[in-house]
Amino acid sequence: MNLNLTRRRFIKGVIASGAAATTTGVWVAANGAARPAGAVERMIRININGQVRTVDVAPQETLASTLRYKLGLTGTKLGCNRGECGACTVLVDDVSTYACSVLTHSVKNGRIETVEGLESADGTLHPVQQAFIEELAPQCGYCTPGQIMAAVGLLRENPNPTREEARQGLSGNICRCGSYDSYLDGVMRAAQIG
Amino acid sequence: MAYMHIGKDFVPPDVNGKVTGRIKYAEDYTREGMVYARLLTSPIPHARVVNIDASEALAMDGVFGLLTADDVYPDGEPQSTGLKVLTNEPTLVGEPILALAAIDEKTAETAISKISVTFERLPFVLDPLDSLAEGGPDAYNGGNTYVFRQGFASEKWSADQVASFRAGNEPTAEPQQTFAYGDLDAALAESAFVYESTFTTAGYPHQSMEPRSAMAYWENGKLYLHGTSQSLSALADGMASIVGVPQEDFVFINEATGGGFGQRARANSIPSMAIPAKMSQKINRPVMMRITRDEETAIGGARQGFQGWIKCGFKADGTMAAADLYIISDNGGKGGGGDAYSAADCISILYQTEAVRFRGTSIGSNTGHRGAQRGPGQNQIAAIIAPILDKAAEELGIDRLKIRQINTPQNGDIGGASRTPFTSAYMPEALKMGAEQFNLEERMARSRKRNGSKVTGIGIGQGYHNAGRSGMDGIVRLTADGRLKVHNGVGNLGTYSYASTSRAAAEVLQMPWERVDIVTGRTDRHLPITSPQDGSNSIFTNTRTNYGAAMDLLGKMKEIAAMELGGDAADYDFGDERVFKAAAPSEGMTFAEIAQKGIALGGKFTGEAELPEELNDFTKISVSRLAGDALMGIYHDAPHNNNPPGFTVTFTEIEMDVETGKYDIVEMVTIGDCGTVVHPQGLKNQLVGGAVWGIGLTGYERHLYDPQNGLPASTGYWQSKIPTMMDTPAKIKTGWVDLPDPENPVGARGIGEPAMGAVAAALASAISDSLEGHLFNAAPVTADMIINHVAGVTSEAVPLAQNNFRG
Repeated sequence: MNLNLTRRRFIKGVIASGAAATTTGVWVAANGAARPAGAVERMIRININGQVRTVDVAPQETLASTLRYKLGLTGTKLGCNRGECGACTVLVDDVSTYACSVLTHSVKNGRIETVEGLESADGTLHPVQQAFIEELAPQCGYCTPGQIMAAVGLLRENPNPTREEARQGLSGNICRCGSYDSYLDGVMRAAQIG
Repeated sequence: MAYMHIGKDFVPPDVNGKVTGRIKYAEDYTREGMVYARLLTSPIPHARVVNIDASEALAMDGVFGLLTADDVYPDGEPQSTGLKVLTNEPTLVGEPILALAAIDEKTAETAISKISVTFERLPFVLDPLDSLAEGGPDAYNGGNTYVFRQGFASEKWSADQVASFRAGNEPTAEPQQTFAYGDLDAALAESAFVYESTFTTAGYPHQSMEPRSAMAYWENGKLYLHGTSQSLSALADGMASIVGVPQEDFVFINEATGGGFGQRARANSIPSMAIPAKMSQKINRPVMMRITRDEETAIGGARQGFQGWIKCGFKADGTMAAADLYIISDNGGKGGGGDAYSAADCISILYQTEAVRFRGTSIGSNTGHRGAQRGPGQNQIAAIIAPILDKAAEELGIDRLKIRQINTPQNGDIGGASRTPFTSAYMPEALKMGAEQFNLEERMARSRKRNGSKVTGIGIGQGYHNAGRSGMDGIVRLTADGRLKVHNGVGNLGTYSYASTSRAAAEVLQMPWERVDIVTGRTDRHLPITSPQDGSNSIFTNTRTNYGAAMDLLGKMKEIAAMELGGDAADYDFGDERVFKAAAPSEGMTFAEIAQKGIALGGKFTGEAELPEELNDFTKISVSRLAGDALMGIYHDAPHNNNPPGFTVTFTEIEMDVETGKYDIVEMVTIGDCGTVVHPQGLKNQLVGGAVWGIGLTGYERHLYDPQNGLPASTGYWQSKIPTMMDTPAKIKTGWVDLPDPENPVGARGIGEPAMGAVAAALASAISDSLEGHLFNAAPVTADMIINHVAGVTSEAVPLAQNNFRG
């Protein structure tokens, strides 16, 4: 998890758009229904899961909000909406990123991947998804898409991690059910499946 | 016994949706014309709403309506503890005062900022002992405690009594609640070692990953509520009543739930879901109410903290002769629970204590809402008692495993306040198995050995929870195509119990799993009432109901075969989806043919007549709507008397850095005794998940409040410090005894809650061991406490402090 990078991007983006996301108004900032004067171009084309999508994005809108509420990609979950839990983890140019803590405009030129994009057109699951099923890694499942995207990002960078490296790689993703052991089993199996 | 399904892994039908993101939680739904509700919550810990002026907000474009406590409770708010839907009498920061619905959340937030709420500030209190002291503030309007069926009351001790307790002495005031058995004085007199101390355990929030968002709409007089729940039909049963809609006109939709841990089990623990329902009714539009992490932390529930005193006596042979407990439990701003009683009950059961006395009093504080959290009471006390057992072993010169074996519950034992026999108990086998897998003897040789700043600590822990309700119902159907439909009202919490308990029905009929459909996810699929999925109940309770319903179905199938082919039902056997004459297997009918015949016959065969008299009302509605279209098996599970326990044992080795107070968990082995294993992967998940929770209880989690203003400092995951992957071992080894319980048709008992207790206990035991047997008498034991101890600094600024830093 490149947390510092995404937080820095987020803050810079907020400053640029003249908006501020407060704790209490976090949904407001995220949904960005308002149209601040002097805002950047709202209609953008963004590459998500290999498809270029055209979407109306407010200047202060987070990527999580765009994905969930504009594009209907509800696989990306919001647990805290403030960079604590990792449930919203997606890949931006192969780097696992908290989608709640990055502005959509700041990654509009990037290649974004969500959990919905992992499955092949013929229904074949990604090795991480398949391994997570075989190990029954999810419990409640709410953190699972984030865990999967973090695991996919890790395995692209390090296809054969040690268990300790996998632990480090997924350490930015909280699981309140405590299924960490099973998630690590899943990552190690996924590395074997390749 | 060789089973077709029981004890075998399978892929629960919802897992694919979880790994692809396709499964929907409440907030993932949308509806044409949906508007958004936002909450105005109390900014102060204790107040009374004097006036609400929303005129400016309601005049705004895009605002559709306001909902206040006056709308929800036109006859006045119920004068009881427990969360209200909305309130004019907030007793904690973050309690919902009103909701406003608007075209979008921006507009709703802006409108809420224009609402003027006049509060009358009332005195607040964060520490129950401060409230107990004569002249101390009361958390509630009308007192500082709630007496069941009597109402609010004010419980006060003299300042000297509180000071004496804080100083480490046995409380002298009359308790609210007691139980006792055995001759305590005689047992203490017989004891060769007596340990006495005050202790504290912290309260802390549940922090389920999914905030309790909900969406509701009304259609043709029916309420449709997309919500979150541990217990699908059991929660729906109560939620209809909270909203004020007949059960027949209420549809609860809950395909998946992002964690619960006790505070989504019943409607009264999550009444906020009624807000979008009532708002939608008022403004005639679908309403989505998203809940933030701050809001979830405030109203999402929290464990009760303890301020206690304990005295334990051990005979020279290691037998725990006496346990005497006095516990003040923190009821928080709303709610409460029976944690303290359960804690004493747990000691009685886990250590077969010869004489026990429990005294307890529950006191409110203006902190987060309290309610049952995974192993309520049993798991807090597990972390306190384990180091005491180690101390007794050391003083009496007994091996640390041996002292646990001496006191362990086993088959034929009784236990607890009610002195109830166990249905079965295999704790001795679990201790033996765990010690072997952990290689205890070899590891014990490293106990307290120092290498630089690192000291090895070895810990042993045990966990318990009673896990087996009855009185619930089962419905199964055989459709004309010969498929088995198991209607299951257990919520999809992540335990996969909704699926694993369904396999009991498939087992009865020897149905291939691919020919079985689990009917669940929304109540208009017509589900039976089930036990709330709390208290580790699902496996024991709902395998009984599903097994019973399948047996009823099988009886009817044989009866139909006999009607068609001659002879008596008793003459028939079954297999390979056929019912046939035992004496002439070629003469028979397929399951599909029998179902078709049953549908043609109707009456009792299809749920139209001769229903079990005791069937619950919720189930009766479901049966009436299903009647006629399939051959139906229906069952009401009669009450059982004995206690089906869930037991766990954990062994752990830690490496404590005495310079930083941080430790690594080098090895952890945790073993379950939960009867016959129904679903090995599901059991493993409960054991490792419980382990993470146990590590959190003993090592990290706590409520923190600003003492000046009563504002919560722990409003999210990080501040309340739930364990991450880096706080837990890279591998947790698991195992199970796997011996059948005689009071369950497939031999199963529950496990979810004790899975946590044994780990909490083992970690506390290991921390103590790494520090030369020092007893903190507290949970959590945080790094600062450890450093202070090593440095010889008294770590408690205020002894027995609750909801605050200890040092």
